[in-house]
Amino acid sequence: MNLNLTLIGQLIAFTIFVIFCMKYVWPPIAGALAERQKKIAEGLDAADKAARDLESAKSQIEEELKQARTQVTELLEQANKRSSQIVEEAQDKARAEAEKIMASAQAQIAQDAAQARESLRADVAKLAVVGAERVLGATVDQAAHKKLLAELAEEL
Amino acid sequence: MALQNPTPSEYIQHHLTNLTYGYHPENGWSFAHGAQEASEMGFMAIHVDTMAWSVGLGILFCWLFRVGAKAAHAGVPTGVLNFVELMVEFVDKSVKETFHGKSSLIAPLALTICCWIFLMNLMDLVPVDLVPYLFMAAGVEYMKIVPTTDVNATLGMSIGVFLLIIFYSIKIKGVGGFVGELTLQPFGKWMIPFNLLLEGVGLIAKPISLALRLFGNLYAGELIFILIALLPFYLQWFLSVPWAIFHILVIVLQAFIFMMLTIVYLSMAHEHH
Repeated sequence: MNLNLTLIGQLIAFTIFVIFCMKYVWPPIAGALAERQKKIAEGLDAADKAARDLESAKSQIEEELKQARTQVTELLEQANKRSSQIVEEAQDKARAEAEKIMASAQAQIAQDAAQARESLRADVAKLAVVGAERVLGATVDQAAHKKLLAELAEEL
Repeated sequence: MALQNPTPSEYIQHHLTNLTYGYHPENGWSFAHGAQEASEMGFMAIHVDTMAWSVGLGILFCWLFRVGAKAAHAGVPTGVLNFVELMVEFVDKSVKETFHGKSSLIAPLALTICCWIFLMNLMDLVPVDLVPYLFMAAGVEYMKIVPTTDVNATLGMSIGVFLLIIFYSIKIKGVGGFVGELTLQPFGKWMIPFNLLLEGVGLIAKPISLALRLFGNLYAGELIFILIALLPFYLQWFLSVPWAIFHILVIVLQAFIFMMLTIVYLSMAHEHH
């Protein structure tokens, strides 16, 4: 156990290793560690923020759903009202149309009946003339008996 | 002096002798043959084995951590980077808990101390006969592979720490503040010689205790491994295995203690009393 130059040599080696470590080893590693710490902190912050966002989005969805539900009920009510209104309107229209058609049909019927009666009457007059001719065996002078025939037709 | 059937004391002597190169009064610059010649060389000698192993292990440390530092990035760490970051974080935490100033030196210093001393201590777990006999077969007479069992190595480091203590004391407190700290307490200015004696002993004790604690622990551990190696081979494992397992703890603990005390001493140097 002699103290000798090894002491100095060891001191120099020690100094060199410490300086090497201080210059080339510590700064990059400590820097990387600090940066990673920052990144992780940022990541955690982002996760927190995302969770908060999710929470607020959920409440917003809830809100919007509620709104939509009330809107739907409103719309349904409106639609119901409107549909009953439409049905009523249609009924009214249909009734009016039906009455109109009925009236026009009746008018037509009356007109047809009158026409038929008229033509019947004319036919009857003709037939009566033919019948009378047959009975009389002669021609009935239309002109002479015009007045008579007209009276007959009137009576029919 | 190759050992043929050495006596136990010769065997121990051999395993505790460093490979010394120096200036011998009679032989000039040469390798010492035996402890006697080595001690005759006095201060002008160097322990080649201590220097080679410690510098080699220091380079291993630098290389490993440089690889980690080059690979360092803020993403997911892998491989060497994981280990390196683990060590850096551990040291950084230890430093931040104790040292409250701001210094770009103390954390790397603590990392270097912790890892380097650990690696040097680790050599203690290599079987005591293996490397010396390999070197002996290659013609090298002595080979002590645990640098921290050489008091020169531990004292070299602790003197480095001591110089830093003085440097920071003067830098932070000024020459006057540092001298005042040494002379004006604990008993006021009428007891300056006594104060100086007390504080001087306290100051000098720091590097001496740092060096001798590490040296003593590892030297004793090594000595016990050597003693166990003297037993019959069928008994050796019975003692050397438990001692090696226990020694794993000592190795880490001594590296950690040296590091922590360095941090504590330097943080004391930064503080005003």
